[in-house]
Amino acid sequence: MYPTVAPWGEIIENNVIEDTVVSLLKEAVTSLPKDVLFALKEAEKKERSEIARTQLRTILDNIDAADRLTVPMCQDTGIHVFFVSGRITPDLEEHIRAGTLRATNEIPLRPNAVHPLTRENPGTNVAEGLPHVVFHPSSVDYTEITVMPKGAGSENMTALAMLTPSQGVKGVKKFILDTVVSAAGKPCPPTILGIGIGGTADEAMALSKKALLRPLDQKNADSSVAELESDLYEALNLTGIGPMGLGGDTTTLGVNIEIAYCHTASLPVAVNLQCWAGRRATARIYPNGRVEYLTRGGSE
Amino acid sequence: MNTPLSHEGIKNLKLGDTVYLSGTIFIARDEAHLRALKFYEESKELPVDFNGGVIFHCGPIVRKEDKKILAAGPTTSARMNSMEPKFIELSGIKGIIGKGGMSKDTVEAMKKFGCVYFAFTGGAAVLAAKGLENVKDVFWLDLGMPEALWVVEANDFGPLVVAIDAYGNSIYDEVSKNVGKNIIDSKRILGLE
Repeated sequence: MYPTVAPWGEIIENNVIEDTVVSLLKEAVTSLPKDVLFALKEAEKKERSEIARTQLRTILDNIDAADRLTVPMCQDTGIHVFFVSGRITPDLEEHIRAGTLRATNEIPLRPNAVHPLTRENPGTNVAEGLPHVVFHPSSVDYTEITVMPKGAGSENMTALAMLTPSQGVKGVKKFILDTVVSAAGKPCPPTILGIGIGGTADEAMALSKKALLRPLDQKNADSSVAELESDLYEALNLTGIGPMGLGGDTTTLGVNIEIAYCHTASLPVAVNLQCWAGRRATARIYPNGRVEYLTRGGSE
Repeated sequence: MNTPLSHEGIKNLKLGDTVYLSGTIFIARDEAHLRALKFYEESKELPVDFNGGVIFHCGPIVRKEDKKILAAGPTTSARMNSMEPKFIELSGIKGIIGKGGMSKDTVEAMKKFGCVYFAFTGGAAVLAAKGLENVKDVFWLDLGMPEALWVVEANDFGPLVVAIDAYGNSIYDEVSKNVGKNIIDSKRILGLE
Protein backbone atom coordinates (compact mmCIF):
# COMPACT_ATOMS: atom_id res chain seq x y z
CA MET A 1 0.00 0.00 0.00
CA TYR A 2 1.41 3.40 -0.98
CA PRO A 3 1.17 6.52 1.10
CA THR A 4 -1.12 9.39 0.31
CA VAL A 5 -0.16 13.00 0.77
CA ALA A 6 -2.39 15.18 2.90
CA PRO A 7 -3.38 18.68 1.61
CA TRP A 8 -0.89 20.25 4.04
CA GLY A 9 1.95 18.21 2.59
CA GLU A 10 2.33 15.67 5.39
CA ILE A 11 2.73 12.11 4.20
CA ILE A 12 0.18 9.73 5.59
CA GLU A 13 1.69 6.29 5.67
CA ASN A 14 -1.59 4.41 5.88
CA ASN A 15 -0.88 0.83 6.78
CA VAL A 16 2.71 0.72 5.58
CA ILE A 17 4.08 0.60 9.11
CA GLU A 18 1.49 -1.91 10.26
CA ASP A 19 2.12 -4.14 7.22
CA THR A 20 5.87 -3.89 7.73
CA VAL A 21 5.52 -4.89 11.39
CA VAL A 22 3.54 -8.00 10.41
CA SER A 23 6.18 -8.89 7.79
CA LEU A 24 9.03 -8.31 10.24
CA LEU A 25 7.42 -10.49 12.93
CA LYS A 26 6.82 -13.24 10.42
CA GLU A 27 10.41 -13.04 9.19
CA ALA A 28 11.77 -12.99 12.75
CA VAL A 29 9.90 -16.02 14.10
CA THR A 30 10.34 -18.21 11.01
CA SER A 31 13.98 -17.54 10.03
CA LEU A 32 17.21 -16.51 11.70
CA PRO A 33 19.53 -13.66 10.68
CA LYS A 34 22.51 -14.79 8.58
CA ASP A 35 25.10 -14.11 11.28
CA VAL A 36 23.32 -16.31 13.86
CA LEU A 37 22.79 -19.11 11.35
CA PHE A 38 26.45 -18.91 10.33
CA ALA A 39 27.59 -19.08 13.97
CA LEU A 40 25.44 -22.18 14.58
CA LYS A 41 26.84 -23.89 11.47
CA GLU A 42 30.42 -23.06 12.44
CA ALA A 43 29.77 -24.36 15.95
CA GLU A 44 28.52 -27.67 14.58
CA LYS A 45 31.74 -28.04 12.52
CA LYS A 46 34.00 -27.36 15.49
CA GLU A 47 32.06 -29.24 18.18
CA ARG A 48 33.87 -32.33 19.52
CA SER A 49 31.10 -33.83 21.68
CA GLU A 50 28.80 -36.19 19.80
CA ILE A 51 25.78 -35.37 21.98
CA ALA A 52 26.41 -31.66 21.42
CA ARG A 53 26.70 -32.17 17.66
CA THR A 54 23.33 -33.95 17.71
CA GLN A 55 21.80 -30.97 19.52
CA LEU A 56 23.27 -28.49 17.02
CA ARG A 57 22.21 -30.63 14.06
CA THR A 58 18.66 -30.82 15.48
CA ILE A 59 18.63 -27.04 15.91
CA LEU A 60 19.82 -26.51 12.32
CA ASP A 61 17.32 -29.05 10.92
CA ASN A 62 14.57 -27.33 12.89
CA ILE A 63 15.55 -23.89 11.55
CA ASP A 64 15.55 -25.31 8.05
CA ALA A 65 12.09 -26.86 8.48
CA ALA A 66 10.66 -23.65 9.98
CA ASP A 67 12.04 -21.61 7.10
CA ARG A 68 10.74 -24.04 4.48
CA LEU A 69 7.25 -24.33 5.99
CA THR A 70 7.13 -20.66 7.11
CA VAL A 71 6.11 -21.64 10.64
CA PRO A 72 7.59 -20.40 13.94
CA MET A 73 10.87 -22.18 14.71
CA CYS A 74 10.03 -22.29 18.45
CA GLN A 75 6.64 -22.54 20.15
CA ASP A 76 7.74 -19.66 22.40
CA THR A 77 7.34 -16.80 19.97
CA GLY A 78 8.29 -14.48 22.80
CA ILE A 79 7.18 -11.06 23.81
CA HIS A 80 8.03 -8.38 21.31
CA VAL A 81 10.66 -5.70 21.69
CA PHE A 82 10.80 -3.05 18.98
CA PHE A 83 13.71 -0.68 18.38
CA VAL A 84 12.68 2.26 16.26
CA SER A 85 15.15 4.84 15.00
CA GLY A 86 15.31 7.71 12.49
CA ARG A 87 12.13 9.54 11.62
CA ILE A 88 9.55 9.11 14.35
CA THR A 89 5.93 9.99 13.59
CA PRO A 90 3.43 10.60 16.40
CA ASP A 91 1.24 7.56 15.74
CA LEU A 92 4.11 5.14 15.11
CA GLU A 93 3.57 3.19 18.32
CA GLU A 94 -0.14 2.75 17.56
CA HIS A 95 0.75 1.22 14.17
CA ILE A 96 3.27 -1.09 15.83
CA ARG A 97 0.64 -2.26 18.30
CA ALA A 98 -1.88 -2.82 15.50
CA GLY A 99 0.73 -4.77 13.51
CA THR A 100 1.59 -6.94 16.52
CA LEU A 101 -2.07 -7.78 17.09
CA ARG A 102 -2.53 -8.70 13.42
CA ALA A 103 0.65 -10.81 13.41
CA THR A 104 -0.55 -12.66 16.54
CA ASN A 105 -3.70 -13.73 14.70
CA GLU A 106 -2.30 -14.15 11.20
CA ILE A 107 1.01 -16.02 11.69
CA PRO A 108 -0.15 -17.10 14.42
CA LEU A 109 2.07 -16.16 17.37
CA ARG A 110 1.52 -17.74 20.78
CA PRO A 111 -0.38 -15.25 22.95
CA ASN A 112 2.24 -14.82 25.67
CA ALA A 113 1.35 -11.47 27.22
CA VAL A 114 -0.38 -11.79 30.61
CA HIS A 115 -1.15 -9.43 33.49
CA PRO A 116 1.84 -9.70 35.87
CA LEU A 117 -0.29 -10.24 38.98
CA THR A 118 -3.60 -11.78 37.91
CA ARG A 119 -1.94 -13.70 35.01
CA GLU A 120 -5.02 -12.92 32.92
CA ASN A 121 -4.23 -13.38 29.21
CA PRO A 122 -5.99 -11.06 26.75
CA GLY A 123 -4.83 -13.38 23.94
CA THR A 124 -3.51 -10.52 21.81
CA ASN A 125 0.14 -9.89 22.82
CA VAL A 126 -0.91 -6.23 23.03
CA ALA A 127 -1.57 -4.75 26.46
CA GLU A 128 -0.23 -2.15 28.89
CA GLY A 129 3.53 -1.89 28.28
CA LEU A 130 3.62 -4.54 25.55
CA PRO A 131 4.92 -4.65 22.92
CA HIS A 132 7.91 -2.83 24.36
CA VAL A 133 8.98 -0.04 22.00
CA VAL A 134 12.31 1.78 22.29
CA PHE A 135 12.72 5.01 20.30
CA HIS A 136 15.96 6.58 19.05
CA PRO A 137 14.96 9.58 16.92
CA SER A 138 17.44 11.04 14.43
CA SER A 139 17.32 13.43 11.48
CA VAL A 140 17.41 10.86 8.64
CA ASP A 141 14.36 10.75 6.37
CA TYR A 142 13.54 7.05 6.91
CA THR A 143 12.16 5.07 9.85
CA GLU A 144 14.12 1.96 10.81
CA ILE A 145 12.28 -0.74 12.76
CA THR A 146 13.87 -3.80 14.32
CA VAL A 147 11.81 -6.42 16.09
CA MET A 148 13.28 -8.84 18.58
CA PRO A 149 10.92 -11.58 19.80
CA LYS A 150 12.28 -12.58 23.21
CA GLY A 151 11.44 -15.96 24.76
CA ALA A 152 11.11 -16.40 28.51
CA GLY A 153 13.57 -19.25 29.00
CA SER A 154 16.53 -17.00 28.26
CA GLU A 155 15.02 -13.71 29.48
CA ASN A 156 14.40 -15.29 32.92
CA MET A 157 18.16 -15.78 33.32
CA THR A 158 18.83 -12.02 33.11
CA ALA A 159 21.06 -10.64 35.86
CA LEU A 160 22.07 -7.20 37.11
CA ALA A 161 24.88 -6.42 39.53
CA MET A 162 25.68 -3.04 41.05
CA LEU A 163 29.38 -3.69 41.65
CA THR A 164 31.67 -1.40 43.55
CA PRO A 165 34.36 0.36 41.51
CA SER A 166 37.03 -1.50 43.51
CA GLN A 167 35.75 -4.81 42.12
CA GLY A 168 36.77 -3.46 38.72
CA VAL A 169 37.08 -5.41 35.47
CA LYS A 170 37.75 -8.63 37.41
CA GLY A 171 34.45 -8.21 39.22
CA VAL A 172 32.69 -7.67 35.88
CA LYS A 173 34.21 -10.83 34.39
CA LYS A 174 33.44 -12.92 37.48
CA PHE A 175 29.82 -11.78 37.53
CA ILE A 176 29.32 -12.66 33.85
CA LEU A 177 30.97 -16.07 34.27
CA ASP A 178 28.89 -16.85 37.38
CA THR A 179 25.69 -15.81 35.60
CA VAL A 180 26.33 -18.15 32.67
CA VAL A 181 27.42 -21.07 34.88
CA SER A 182 24.40 -20.82 37.17
CA ALA A 183 22.04 -20.50 34.18
CA ALA A 184 23.57 -23.76 32.79
CA GLY A 185 21.12 -25.37 30.30
CA LYS A 186 18.09 -23.28 31.28
CA PRO A 187 18.42 -20.45 28.69
CA CYS A 188 18.64 -23.04 25.83
CA PRO A 189 22.33 -22.66 24.96
CA PRO A 190 24.26 -22.00 22.83
CA THR A 191 23.33 -18.51 23.92
CA ILE A 192 24.24 -15.03 22.77
CA LEU A 193 25.27 -12.70 25.59
CA GLY A 194 24.14 -9.10 25.59
CA ILE A 195 26.07 -7.16 28.21
CA GLY A 196 25.66 -3.59 29.36
CA ILE A 197 28.38 -2.06 31.51
CA GLY A 198 28.01 1.36 33.08
CA GLY A 199 25.26 3.97 33.07
CA THR A 200 22.49 3.78 35.64
CA ALA A 201 20.96 0.42 36.56
CA ASP A 202 18.20 0.79 33.98
CA GLU A 203 20.61 2.10 31.36
CA ALA A 204 22.89 -0.93 31.86
CA MET A 205 19.87 -3.22 31.36
CA ALA A 206 18.80 -1.32 28.24
CA LEU A 207 22.34 -1.54 26.85
CA SER A 208 22.45 -5.29 27.47
CA LYS A 209 19.39 -5.74 25.28
CA LYS A 210 20.63 -3.27 22.67
CA ALA A 211 23.89 -5.26 22.54
CA LEU A 212 21.91 -8.24 21.24
CA LEU A 213 21.02 -6.23 18.13
CA ARG A 214 24.63 -6.17 16.95
CA PRO A 215 25.41 -8.96 14.42
CA LEU A 216 27.78 -11.62 15.75
CA ASP A 217 30.44 -10.79 13.15
CA GLN A 218 30.86 -7.24 14.46
CA LYS A 219 33.00 -6.46 17.46
CA ASN A 220 32.69 -3.40 19.65
CA ALA A 221 34.49 -0.47 17.97
CA ASP A 222 36.48 0.19 21.15
CA SER A 223 39.39 -2.28 21.02
CA SER A 224 39.60 -2.78 24.79
CA VAL A 225 35.88 -3.67 24.91
CA ALA A 226 36.33 -5.91 21.86
CA GLU A 227 39.14 -7.72 23.69
CA LEU A 228 36.88 -8.27 26.69
CA GLU A 229 34.26 -9.73 24.33
CA SER A 230 36.81 -12.16 22.85
CA ASP A 231 38.18 -13.23 26.24
CA LEU A 232 34.69 -13.87 27.61
CA TYR A 233 33.71 -15.80 24.48
CA GLU A 234 36.72 -18.06 24.85
CA ALA A 235 36.34 -18.50 28.62
CA LEU A 236 32.61 -19.26 28.49
CA ASN A 237 33.04 -21.88 25.78
CA LEU A 238 35.64 -23.62 27.95
CA THR A 239 33.08 -24.22 30.73
CA GLY A 240 31.73 -27.30 28.94
CA ILE A 241 28.07 -26.48 29.62
CA GLY A 242 27.38 -27.10 25.95
CA PRO A 243 24.19 -27.02 23.86
CA MET A 244 21.12 -27.49 26.10
CA GLY A 245 23.43 -27.98 29.08
CA LEU A 246 24.21 -31.53 27.91
CA GLY A 247 27.95 -30.80 27.72
CA GLY A 248 30.18 -29.73 24.83
CA ASP A 249 32.37 -27.00 23.39
CA THR A 250 29.54 -24.70 22.34
CA THR A 251 28.07 -22.73 25.23
CA THR A 252 27.88 -19.30 23.63
CA LEU A 253 27.73 -18.09 20.02
CA GLY A 254 28.89 -14.60 20.81
CA VAL A 255 29.44 -11.95 23.47
CA ASN A 256 28.33 -8.39 22.68
CA ILE A 257 29.15 -5.62 25.12
CA GLU A 258 27.91 -2.03 25.10
CA ILE A 259 29.20 0.52 27.56
CA ALA A 260 28.19 3.88 29.01
CA TYR A 261 29.98 6.19 31.40
CA CYS A 262 28.75 5.80 34.96
CA HIS A 263 28.90 7.48 38.37
CA THR A 264 32.37 7.48 39.92
CA ALA A 265 30.96 5.45 42.83
CA SER A 266 29.14 2.87 40.61
CA LEU A 267 29.87 -0.07 38.36
CA PRO A 268 26.61 -1.50 37.00
CA VAL A 269 26.78 -4.71 34.92
CA ALA A 270 23.76 -6.21 33.19
CA VAL A 271 23.64 -9.57 31.41
CA ASN A 272 20.76 -10.33 29.05
CA LEU A 273 20.86 -13.86 27.67
CA GLN A 274 19.49 -14.82 24.28
CA CYS A 275 18.72 -18.46 23.44
CA TRP A 276 20.09 -20.01 20.22
CA ALA A 277 17.03 -18.61 18.43
CA GLY A 278 18.59 -15.13 18.17
CA ARG A 279 15.59 -13.77 16.31
CA ARG A 280 15.58 -10.23 14.95
CA ALA A 281 14.40 -8.57 11.75
CA THR A 282 14.96 -5.05 10.48
CA ALA A 283 13.35 -2.87 7.82
CA ARG A 284 13.58 0.75 6.68
CA ILE A 285 10.49 2.61 5.66
CA TYR A 286 11.07 5.59 3.33
CA PRO A 287 8.76 8.59 3.01
CA ASN A 288 7.64 7.43 -0.47
CA GLY A 289 6.36 4.21 1.10
CA ARG A 290 9.21 1.99 -0.11
CA VAL A 291 10.20 -0.63 2.44
CA GLU A 292 13.69 -2.06 2.48
CA TYR A 293 14.12 -5.33 4.38
CA LEU A 294 17.67 -5.26 5.73
CA THR A 295 17.97 -8.64 7.44
CA ARG A 296 16.58 -10.67 4.54
CA GLY A 297 17.54 -8.31 1.70
CA GLY A 298 15.21 -6.85 -0.92
CA SER A 299 12.49 -4.23 -0.84
CA GLU A 300 8.79 -3.87 -1.46
CA MET B 1 12.08 -47.85 20.23
CA ASN B 2 8.39 -48.50 20.53
CA THR B 3 6.10 -47.51 23.35
CA PRO B 4 4.99 -48.78 25.81
CA LEU B 5 8.51 -49.34 27.10
CA SER B 6 9.47 -52.54 28.88
CA HIS B 7 11.49 -52.74 32.05
CA GLU B 8 14.20 -54.68 30.20
CA GLY B 9 14.18 -52.20 27.32
CA ILE B 10 14.98 -49.20 29.49
CA LYS B 11 17.56 -51.10 31.56
CA ASN B 12 19.65 -51.36 28.37
CA LEU B 13 19.67 -47.62 27.73
CA LYS B 14 22.92 -45.85 28.56
CA LEU B 15 23.58 -42.16 29.16
CA GLY B 16 24.13 -40.37 25.87
CA ASP B 17 22.29 -42.95 23.74
CA THR B 18 20.22 -41.43 20.92
CA VAL B 19 16.70 -42.80 20.66
CA TYR B 20 13.73 -42.28 18.31
CA LEU B 21 10.33 -43.21 19.74
CA SER B 22 7.27 -44.54 17.96
CA GLY B 23 3.89 -45.36 19.44
CA THR B 24 1.63 -43.66 21.94
CA ILE B 25 3.05 -40.71 23.90
CA PHE B 26 1.21 -38.66 26.52
CA ILE B 27 1.76 -34.90 26.53
CA ALA B 28 1.44 -33.75 30.13
CA ARG B 29 2.83 -30.74 31.96
CA ASP B 30 2.04 -28.87 35.19
CA GLU B 31 -1.76 -29.02 35.39
CA ALA B 32 -2.14 -32.52 33.94
CA HIS B 33 0.28 -33.80 36.60
CA LEU B 34 -1.71 -32.08 39.33
CA ARG B 35 -5.00 -33.53 38.12
CA ALA B 36 -3.64 -37.04 37.63
CA LEU B 37 -2.29 -37.02 41.18
CA LYS B 38 -5.67 -35.84 42.44
CA PHE B 39 -7.36 -38.71 40.58
CA TYR B 40 -4.97 -41.21 42.19
CA GLU B 41 -5.56 -39.66 45.59
CA GLU B 42 -9.34 -39.94 45.20
CA SER B 43 -9.07 -43.42 43.64
CA LYS B 44 -10.84 -42.14 40.52
CA GLU B 45 -10.32 -43.93 37.23
CA LEU B 46 -7.93 -42.13 34.88
CA PRO B 47 -8.92 -41.62 31.24
CA VAL B 48 -5.71 -43.30 30.01
CA ASP B 49 -3.46 -46.17 31.06
CA PHE B 50 -0.05 -44.69 31.80
CA ASN B 51 1.56 -48.03 32.68
CA GLY B 52 4.79 -48.47 30.69
CA GLY B 53 4.03 -45.19 28.94
CA VAL B 54 6.09 -42.16 28.06
CA ILE B 55 5.10 -38.62 28.98
CA PHE B 56 6.33 -35.47 27.22
CA HIS B 57 6.70 -32.20 29.16
CA CYS B 58 5.28 -29.88 26.55
CA GLY B 59 2.63 -27.24 25.93
CA PRO B 60 1.76 -27.76 22.28
CA ILE B 61 0.20 -25.36 19.79
CA VAL B 62 -2.63 -27.44 18.29
CA ARG B 63 -4.73 -26.27 15.36
CA LYS B 64 -8.31 -26.29 16.59
CA GLU B 65 -10.02 -27.34 13.33
CA ASP B 66 -8.21 -30.63 12.75
CA LYS B 67 -6.25 -31.12 16.00
CA LYS B 68 -2.97 -31.06 14.09
CA ILE B 69 0.04 -30.31 16.27
CA LEU B 70 1.85 -27.27 14.84
CA ALA B 71 4.61 -26.68 17.40
CA ALA B 72 5.59 -28.87 20.30
CA GLY B 73 9.00 -28.12 21.79
CA PRO B 74 9.82 -29.38 25.27
CA THR B 75 9.17 -27.21 28.30
CA THR B 76 11.40 -26.96 31.40
CA SER B 77 11.02 -30.24 33.26
CA ALA B 78 12.16 -28.79 36.59
CA ARG B 79 8.69 -27.28 37.10
CA MET B 80 7.34 -30.83 37.53
CA ASN B 81 9.96 -31.76 40.16
CA SER B 82 7.60 -31.55 43.13
CA MET B 83 5.02 -33.86 41.49
CA GLU B 84 7.06 -36.27 39.42
CA PRO B 85 8.31 -38.77 42.05
CA LYS B 86 4.73 -39.49 43.16
CA PHE B 87 3.53 -39.56 39.56
CA ILE B 88 6.23 -42.05 38.53
CA GLU B 89 5.30 -44.29 41.47
CA LEU B 90 1.55 -44.23 40.90
CA SER B 91 1.37 -44.13 37.10
CA GLY B 92 4.03 -46.69 36.21
CA ILE B 93 5.46 -44.54 33.42
CA LYS B 94 8.80 -45.74 32.08
CA GLY B 95 9.93 -42.64 30.21
CA ILE B 96 9.89 -38.86 30.49
CA ILE B 97 10.76 -36.47 27.64
CA GLY B 98 11.68 -32.89 28.50
CA LYS B 99 14.47 -30.39 28.73
CA GLY B 100 16.89 -29.38 31.45
CA GLY B 101 16.73 -32.53 33.63
CA MET B 102 15.06 -33.14 36.97
CA SER B 103 15.71 -33.05 40.71
CA LYS B 104 17.55 -35.58 42.84
CA ASP B 105 14.24 -36.82 44.29
CA THR B 106 12.89 -37.48 40.82
CA VAL B 107 16.08 -39.24 39.76
CA GLU B 108 15.76 -41.43 42.88
CA ALA B 109 12.16 -42.31 41.98
CA MET B 110 13.26 -43.13 38.43
CA LYS B 111 15.86 -45.49 39.80
CA LYS B 112 13.47 -47.09 42.30
CA PHE B 113 10.52 -47.64 39.94
CA GLY B 114 12.38 -47.94 36.62
CA CYS B 115 12.11 -44.89 34.40
CA VAL B 116 14.43 -42.97 32.05
CA TYR B 117 14.62 -39.29 31.08
CA PHE B 118 15.04 -38.30 27.46
CA ALA B 119 16.26 -34.80 26.60
CA PHE B 120 14.79 -33.22 23.50
CA THR B 121 16.41 -30.12 22.04
CA GLY B 122 14.84 -26.96 23.46
CA GLY B 123 13.08 -24.85 20.87
CA ALA B 124 13.07 -27.53 18.16
CA ALA B 125 9.32 -27.19 17.94
CA VAL B 126 8.87 -27.81 14.22
CA LEU B 127 10.81 -31.09 14.24
CA ALA B 128 8.91 -32.18 17.33
CA ALA B 129 5.58 -31.45 15.70
CA LYS B 130 6.67 -33.47 12.65
CA GLY B 131 7.24 -36.56 14.80
CA LEU B 132 3.98 -36.14 16.72
CA GLU B 133 1.52 -35.29 14.02
CA ASN B 134 -1.44 -37.43 14.92
CA VAL B 135 -3.50 -36.61 17.96
CA LYS B 136 -5.35 -39.77 19.01
CA ASP B 137 -7.25 -38.26 21.91
CA VAL B 138 -7.34 -35.36 24.31
CA PHE B 139 -8.58 -35.16 27.89
CA TRP B 140 -8.94 -32.35 30.40
CA LEU B 141 -9.20 -29.62 27.76
CA ASP B 142 -10.77 -27.45 30.47
CA LEU B 143 -7.16 -26.91 31.64
CA GLY B 144 -6.43 -25.08 28.37
CA MET B 145 -4.65 -26.20 25.21
CA PRO B 146 -1.09 -26.23 26.62
CA GLU B 147 -2.09 -27.88 29.91
CA ALA B 148 -4.47 -30.58 28.66
CA LEU B 149 -3.57 -34.28 28.50
CA TRP B 150 -2.87 -35.04 24.84
CA VAL B 151 -2.55 -38.61 23.57
CA VAL B 152 -0.46 -38.62 20.40
CA GLU B 153 0.93 -41.19 18.01
CA ALA B 154 4.66 -40.64 17.69
CA ASN B 155 6.44 -41.54 14.50
CA ASP B 156 10.23 -41.71 14.94
CA PHE B 157 10.07 -38.84 17.38
CA GLY B 158 13.57 -37.58 18.11
CA PRO B 159 16.50 -37.42 18.31
CA LEU B 160 16.09 -37.95 22.03
CA VAL B 161 19.18 -38.22 24.23
CA VAL B 162 19.12 -40.52 27.26
CA ALA B 163 20.05 -37.91 29.87
CA ILE B 164 19.05 -39.80 33.06
CA ASP B 165 19.16 -43.60 32.98
CA ALA B 166 17.27 -46.18 35.05
CA TYR B 167 20.24 -46.55 37.42
CA GLY B 168 20.20 -42.99 38.73
CA ASN B 169 22.99 -41.69 36.48
CA SER B 170 22.52 -38.22 35.05
CA ILE B 171 24.29 -36.36 32.25
CA TYR B 172 23.40 -33.12 34.04
CA ASP B 173 25.35 -34.24 37.14
CA GLU B 174 28.32 -35.20 34.97
CA VAL B 175 28.25 -31.87 33.12
CA SER B 176 27.97 -29.97 36.38
CA LYS B 177 31.04 -31.79 37.76
CA ASN B 178 32.99 -31.09 34.56
CA VAL B 179 32.02 -27.42 34.60
CA GLY B 180 33.34 -27.24 38.16
CA LYS B 181 36.72 -28.43 36.86
CA ASN B 182 36.71 -26.49 33.57
CA ILE B 183 35.95 -23.21 35.28
CA ILE B 184 39.56 -23.10 36.46
CA ASP B 185 40.65 -22.70 32.82
CA SER B 186 37.92 -20.14 32.19
CA LYS B 187 39.12 -18.10 35.15
CA ARG B 188 42.73 -18.35 33.99
CA ILE B 189 41.83 -16.86 30.61
CA LEU B 190 39.97 -14.04 32.34
CA GLY B 191 42.86 -13.36 34.74
CA LEU B 192 40.78 -14.32 37.77
CA GLU B 193 43.04 -16.22 40.22
